[in-house]
Amino acid sequence: MTIPNVAVVNYGVGNLRSISKGLEKSGANVVITHDPKQLLESDAIVLPGVGAFAPAIKNMLPITDVVAQALNNGKPIFGICLGLQLLFTKSSEGGSTDGLDFISGEVVKLPNTMKTPQMGWNTIDFAKSHPLLDGVKDHSYVYFVHSFYPQPADPNVVVTTTDYGVKFASMVAQKNLFATQFHPEKSSKTGLTMLRNFIQIVKR
Amino acid sequence: MLAKRIVPCLDVMNGKVVKGVQFVNLKIEGDPPELAADYEEQGADEVVFLDITASHEMRDTTLEMVQKTADMISIPFTVGGGIRNITDIQNALSSGADKVSVNTAAVNNPKLVEESAAIFGSQCIVVAIDAKRVYVTEDLPDKTVVDTPKGKCWWEIYLMGGRKPTGLDALQWAKTVKELGAGELLPTSMDCDGVQCGYDLELTRAMSKITNLPIIASGGAGNLEHIYEVLTVGDADAALAASIFHRSQYSVGDVKKYLADKGVPMRLV
Repeated sequence: MTIPNVAVVNYGVGNLRSISKGLEKSGANVVITHDPKQLLESDAIVLPGVGAFAPAIKNMLPITDVVAQALNNGKPIFGICLGLQLLFTKSSEGGSTDGLDFISGEVVKLPNTMKTPQMGWNTIDFAKSHPLLDGVKDHSYVYFVHSFYPQPADPNVVVTTTDYGVKFASMVAQKNLFATQFHPEKSSKTGLTMLRNFIQIVKR
Repeated sequence: MLAKRIVPCLDVMNGKVVKGVQFVNLKIEGDPPELAADYEEQGADEVVFLDITASHEMRDTTLEMVQKTADMISIPFTVGGGIRNITDIQNALSSGADKVSVNTAAVNNPKLVEESAAIFGSQCIVVAIDAKRVYVTEDLPDKTVVDTPKGKCWWEIYLMGGRKPTGLDALQWAKTVKELGAGELLPTSMDCDGVQCGYDLELTRAMSKITNLPIIASGGAGNLEHIYEVLTVGDADAALAASIFHRSQYSVGDVKKYLADKGVPMRLV
């Protein structure tokens, strides 16, 4: 596998160009798709970070089984922002909506003492070492845009944490599943380093 | 800790970056993709691309330039100017914008804010508000009057790049668009834009307090102290500036170093 094929899931709205360009710069071939066949054929799947929770889950219904199957087969999957939140059991965005439940835990609203959305650059504090963080310094700044955050049931999945009125899991990993609450494709050199690390993981 | 943002703005006319004084006497300053890439290298936290050619439509040539610019950078990218409807927003986002900024179209049709936030998410809907002080001697029942060192005033919304007064109250409008789903506000002070006399600190502070939304302050940055003031006293989350960066009066890095030394949380590269 010299150049891995990465499928970016298309929920139908928003900017998928930035993540695609970021992955291409990191050495991948990218296909933006909603087609089960293309997802099955890909070497990795990215759940991007645009849109709202309920419509995205609804949009994913026809491909949920394929993504679950890919996960069980050990295919690397990367969720970004909303894409991270979809991986959890449920979200309180817009009432209560069931997620994909690949990672146990709930997605809840940021404290109302803080401006929401959290919009801007905040630091990540390493909870443990991880191949995605190769070449990234502890306390690096990355770009966040979100009003909800994940509460994983198992603290062992937490790779980095971030403080915004509450200390929350900003990067999680569970076997072949990786996810960030921030946007690596919008986090300049730090983020591109993480995307390159992901592509290296895909190549293994 | 969340850092304060420094946001260079590219005012783009016919594909070239220009800058004028109070929206007139425009001078060409460079190409958008090159300038944007240079700003990222200097440490810009975000870039705003404001198309001032097309106050009527998002033209294909503009979208091509948006795409070229977006492809050059890996930091957040906001596109504004000429955004009239959902299709314009979709086109800007598909061309690589992360957020769109709406101004005139939102005032003319507030439903645009509500609909676009529902479809694309609040996080990508920035409402730009061009406002100018109206000094008064006493409080008015239908206006949000604020005490400032220069006297009591309210802020009137201007449209069409500052040419058309509306009689509308900018602070009340800010509150309305928050309720409609705006994710961020970009107030531009028409009293100071391009003449570099400093941001309108009372405007940004009042808007921040009333809405609790992230505020990108715009209009009036002439020196480093102005930027420091708006991010501290002015309670803004981000400072947008054009002239002082394009003319290389200061690099983005100079500004951030200065602010960090004074204790403002900054992402330094």
